[in-house]
Amino acid sequence: MSKKKKSTVQKEYHKPLITRRKPNRSIAGDIVLYLFLILVAFIMAFPIIYAVSNALKPLDELFRFPPRIFAQHPTLDNFSDLFVTMGKSWVTFSRYLFNTVFITVVGTAGHLIIASMGAFVLAKYEFPGNKTFFKIITVSMMFTGYVTMIPNYIILNNLGWIDTYWAIIIPAFASPMGLFLMKQFMEGLPTSLIEAAKIDGANEWRVFIRIVMPNVKPAWMTLIIFSVQALWNNRASTYIYSEERKTLVYALQQIQSGGIARTGQGAAVLVVVMIVPILIFVFSESQILETMASSGLKD
Amino acid sequence: MGEYISKYFKLRKHNAKVAWKKAKQRKMCYLFLAPYAILFCMFYVFPVVASIRYSFTYYNILESPRWIGLQNYISLILEDDIFLISVKNTLMIAIITGPLGYILSFLFAWLINELPRWIRSVAVIVFYAPSIAGNCYVIFSVFFRGDAYGYVNALLMDMGIIDTPILWLINPQWMLPICMLVILWMSLGTGFLSFVAGLQGVDRSQFEAGYMDGVKNRWQELWFITLPNMKPMLMFGAVMSITQAFGVCEVTMALCGYPSTDYAARTIVTHLFDYGFSRYEMGYASAIATILFLMMILCNKAIQALLRRVGT
Repeated sequence: MSKKKKSTVQKEYHKPLITRRKPNRSIAGDIVLYLFLILVAFIMAFPIIYAVSNALKPLDELFRFPPRIFAQHPTLDNFSDLFVTMGKSWVTFSRYLFNTVFITVVGTAGHLIIASMGAFVLAKYEFPGNKTFFKIITVSMMFTGYVTMIPNYIILNNLGWIDTYWAIIIPAFASPMGLFLMKQFMEGLPTSLIEAAKIDGANEWRVFIRIVMPNVKPAWMTLIIFSVQALWNNRASTYIYSEERKTLVYALQQIQSGGIARTGQGAAVLVVVMIVPILIFVFSESQILETMASSGLKD
Repeated sequence: MGEYISKYFKLRKHNAKVAWKKAKQRKMCYLFLAPYAILFCMFYVFPVVASIRYSFTYYNILESPRWIGLQNYISLILEDDIFLISVKNTLMIAIITGPLGYILSFLFAWLINELPRWIRSVAVIVFYAPSIAGNCYVIFSVFFRGDAYGYVNALLMDMGIIDTPILWLINPQWMLPICMLVILWMSLGTGFLSFVAGLQGVDRSQFEAGYMDGVKNRWQELWFITLPNMKPMLMFGAVMSITQAFGVCEVTMALCGYPSTDYAARTIVTHLFDYGFSRYEMGYASAIATILFLMMILCNKAIQALLRRVGT
């Protein structure tokens, strides 16, 4: 009942379409623009749609020529094959899945906690070294991880972490991008909020847990999506060489190189690998965009 | 003169004392920052320093590093033809896909900005999805298969443009353009999100003021009002684009093979992989990494200096 009332009230404020248009726009220009956008959107989406429909095709349709974009008799056989046939192989498919899920969940959780703690003091407190440290972080976003790969290998080797999950997880904790976005977002929090809590006698840790973290939930999602995307797609083949600890993306490559008999399963893994980051993004888009609004790099 | 110097040092000492006192007061802050700072230094700062140091040595992991001065750099530039090919390829990819991807990101963010809310959020998903779709780019190797059953070949042969199938991913002539195409497909990434969010945040009243002052069409609006407001996001997007453009390796390795025919799709990072993890010549690979590092930082600084002038 109350919901209905709300919508009618909102409708009264809706202005007619014509006056809502901006003054500097021609109708012809808008139509051309929309057509162009639809075309580009189709091109962008096509490979992904194709990959999904491929995974749903039964084997005979996969090799039909000329190919059809959509499956005529969609089945989930390819996915069940993944677990059944791959279940009999030496390292089962579910093991690869577990490895990737474990690395992603632990890495993301740790990153979220550690980076938020750092971002909190960088954003809200003045202390010597504050500005310098943040500057180093922005510089570190300017080069790719490949640059540091070799010393990283040597460091991880000395720590004895090569060929364990930690070789992937621990470096992911310190990803500069997450701290950067979190810090920029936390700067938007009113300082009075923190001061009020302090007057009530809360210490920094309580302020962080009770006041700051609940208020930056949109930024959580942003950190999570970037971290998940990096870890879920991690091939990890340089740091991990035991077959039973390898990741899903690595399994994907092996299945794809397995030849024609594995085509259906390859298409299915491709979907398994790509669907998780995309789904997280779809469900948290507005929160992520809210965070990205403060992502700017000021001088 | 001497007086000035002693005064300078006195001031410095005083400043350091004040800073130390402040730091003591703020012990909590350092405790909070410590877990991140330690890991960050361990896996991001120290490796860069170490990489520069190793680049002056011969190091194969088994023996301890042996100092050989500039020898690695000299052989990289004078003797290693494949490295020069990889630099050429990386620069080609960076120069074409970097700016183009950056402009496309902004253009689409700007074009979808005025769409109704729900269409906009669908559009953001459609445009952003390729960059987070994991290994989805391998699907392009199906499209560009070398025989007549590859879709692109079949299409072109049907239309009568070509009469024999083109070996897209084996013929050196076609490898780089196709990789660039795929990279462009994936280039609407983090920068794009930042632009979309930034455009939403531009103050509406500025546009109204613009109409009063005689802004006539959407292009003038873009240059005089939108772009100056977007400067911080433009900077951020540029950093993302450059980092991505120079780090290309996974797409070329997946599509063209590793090693690719005639090294036609070899990038600096691929070369780094080859020496670092196939041949275990860590010193030599570190020299490659150092060169890549310098290229990226210099390029970033140059672009930032350029972007500061936007809209002024």
